Amino acid sequence: MLRYVFRRLLTAIPTLFVIVTVAFFLIRVAPGGPFNQERGLSPEIRANLEAQFGLNDPLWLQYVHYLGNLLRGNFGPSYNLPDFTVTELFAKGLPISVQIGSSALVLALLLGSILGTIAALNQNKLADYSVIALATAGSTIPTFVIAPVIQLVFGLSWKLLPIGGWGDGAFINKVGPVLTLALPQIAIVARLMRGSMIESLRSHHIRTARALGLSDWSVVVKHALRGAVLPIVSFTGPAAAALLTGSIIVETIFSIPGVGRYFVDAALNRDYTLVMGTVVVIALFTIVFNLIVDLLYAVVDPRVRYD
Amino acid sequence: MASETILSVKDLRVRFQTLDGTVEAVKGINIKVNAGETVAVVGESGSGKSQTMMAAMSLLSSNGEATGQVDYRGRNLLEMTKHELNKVRGRKISMIFQEPMTSLDPLYTIGNQLIEPIRRHRGLNAQAAREEALKLLRLVHIPDPERRMKSYPHEMSGGQRQRVMIAMALANDPDILIADEPTTALDVTIQAQILMLLAELQRKLGMAIVFITHDLGIVRRFADRVYVMRQGEVVEEGDAEALFANPQHAYTKMLLAAEPTGTKAAPPANSPVLLEGRNVEVVFKIGGGFLGGEPLMLRAVDKISIRLKRNQTIGIVGESGSGKSTLGRALLRLLPSDGVIRFGDRDISEADRRAMRPLRRELQLVFQDPFGSLSPRMTVGQVITEGLLVHEPSLTGKQRDHRAVEALREVGLDPNARNRYPHEFSGGQRQRIAIARAMILKPKVVVLDEPTSALDRSVQKQIVELLRKLQADHQLSYLFISHDLAVVRAMADYIIVMKQGKIVEEGPTEEIFGNPREVYTQTLMNAAIDTARFRISA
Repeated sequence: MLRYVFRRLLTAIPTLFVIVTVAFFLIRVAPGGPFNQERGLSPEIRANLEAQFGLNDPLWLQYVHYLGNLLRGNFGPSYNLPDFTVTELFAKGLPISVQIGSSALVLALLLGSILGTIAALNQNKLADYSVIALATAGSTIPTFVIAPVIQLVFGLSWKLLPIGGWGDGAFINKVGPVLTLALPQIAIVARLMRGSMIESLRSHHIRTARALGLSDWSVVVKHALRGAVLPIVSFTGPAAAALLTGSIIVETIFSIPGVGRYFVDAALNRDYTLVMGTVVVIALFTIVFNLIVDLLYAVVDPRVRYD
Repeated sequence: MASETILSVKDLRVRFQTLDGTVEAVKGINIKVNAGETVAVVGESGSGKSQTMMAAMSLLSSNGEATGQVDYRGRNLLEMTKHELNKVRGRKISMIFQEPMTSLDPLYTIGNQLIEPIRRHRGLNAQAAREEALKLLRLVHIPDPERRMKSYPHEMSGGQRQRVMIAMALANDPDILIADEPTTALDVTIQAQILMLLAELQRKLGMAIVFITHDLGIVRRFADRVYVMRQGEVVEEGDAEALFANPQHAYTKMLLAAEPTGTKAAPPANSPVLLEGRNVEVVFKIGGGFLGGEPLMLRAVDKISIRLKRNQTIGIVGESGSGKSTLGRALLRLLPSDGVIRFGDRDISEADRRAMRPLRRELQLVFQDPFGSLSPRMTVGQVITEGLLVHEPSLTGKQRDHRAVEALREVGLDPNARNRYPHEFSGGQRQRIAIARAMILKPKVVVLDEPTSALDRSVQKQIVELLRKLQADHQLSYLFISHDLAVVRAMADYIIVMKQGKIVEEGPTEEIFGNPREVYTQTLMNAAIDTARFRISA
């Protein structure tokens, strides 16, 4: 088991290296640079800035420098937010995004699994159709519609929730963004769960459990649910990586100071270091969560235990 | 003891709501089971024999509905609440199934799954239930039960899993054990062991057994009374001995005569060798890879030599995992292998895909699974003419259609069938389609990989006859891979017995069957004859 984890972490190194390399050169292919925008800096200032950040060096040398810094844990300064290093930006924003994202993820997994199970147990009955309708709505209505509706209804009309802002992490401020983030995920999880639960309930060993006179609770929860949960576990890996690294739409609409907007902002501004920082963070999250998922998989299913 | 009726099925009907409307699978049948006796419900697939017992246990799928009466000791199971029913299921009446590989929960240990029903029905504490579970594993002769308690199902063989299933079913000392095709999915030597075990347990524990089976060998050997089912109805019932001695209904007579018969004469000695393998070897690499350590080498086919002459049928016999299918595939160059393979006067040992393509039309393959091997999205006509597009691209659409008609006639199907889709056909018809697909190319060698194993006996017999007729008409050479000795005996003139990738014994069919030299061959024969001893040949 430890050997397996060690092996997986070892294979993560070349993966990360390839990602960093591709991202580094791709963003440089895009025309423009961090210091030529409409507002226009005078050529002298621009030249100075570029010299200061080493942007005039040959590309390969910049790449070598960047890799060297990265190995020392230094993501470099942000070009557009010059008062901060990329590390500082993430230190401030990432915990916020992780809080919102993980709450949404937990909510989605719990609610989605319950709804999916209820639907599967009542296949082709009212409860099933309701869940399917809900799931379809949840996955088709985009977050940029859900978010303003939540603001309008719960914030403006009923005054139950603040319209936006972080409020130093007050619970009430998190409700809106968490709900908005969670809804589409609930829909996905519910649908996945419904499908795999229906299949699980049809399997031969469930028939055996029923033939042995086991209680409904044991048949459904102990035997059917555990097998049905595997696709959800697989789904959780990429979903966690995506949710925990912030959402630009939700964070922008609710004015949450997370890291979700960095990726798009940084890419548009050619803030090379910030783009790279975001890429590395997302890649790391993806790698780590996929590893966790694979380990969880082995916990649930003895057939895939390692070593 | 065998006087009191404990289970009585009265006017049972089972209906399924399907997209094609209501299907009546069981049409008002009556069955009785007395205490301690063995009753067999016999029939071919689709006869409703399994659904009868599923209905009795309330295990029908959600679109199924049962009406009538299933009285267990005077109480109608069909009218019980779930709570009442769960005091009977697994306690008084228990059931084992056809699929030992999938009938246990893959996610829990054997111990856990054994202990659960014991605790539920008898209210024992965990320790006592564990003791009881161990006792049961010993009862069904599982070696090293202490260790096996911690095993997961995937760590056990099919035979062992079926033993565990039996242990679970007997955990609470039931009145009735329903065994739904309990040995069909197992190798023949394992089949015999499981049947012996059931007989032994019945002597020890005295429960009644209901065998649901298509295998008349089992029926004749074990059953006191028999019900013969066909299309949802009981067509004949009675004492096993009387019924076998003097079957009344035409269907029963047909079932009894369904064993494939006849033999195949060897081709003349000067018949040319068509396909030859010398020291053929197939090795599978398991595991290994990046930091994964040394891979495990599995020798699936271990230096086997074989010579298939024109108009000859070589039967390759062996249990699952013996490498018989792998050998067939390697000889057709569908798998990489070592050694020399010759087709006619060509050495094809090194031939790659492209070099093989023109030869493929002469080297055809028919698979076991008539359901999985036909594309569901193509019409039968498209399925069987697809090979012509590759091998005879100059044919016009009309000519291809003409060939399709010819091929379908040859395998005994209505040529009009070519515009329909595979799912509209029965298993036997589909196997005919698969054979037509091979025959349309006018091959010289056909590898038949368990072509009759998924079929009912009576259909098997027809397919065997069809294959023999095609062979005689076209001077075909067959490599007939099967675990079913009765079918092999009727098809092959030469037999190779395989075990763990090696040839155990080979020789002309009559010699192998009449005078097997090797212990393994004898075991195989005895096991087959044990279950088939009473089969009546027409």
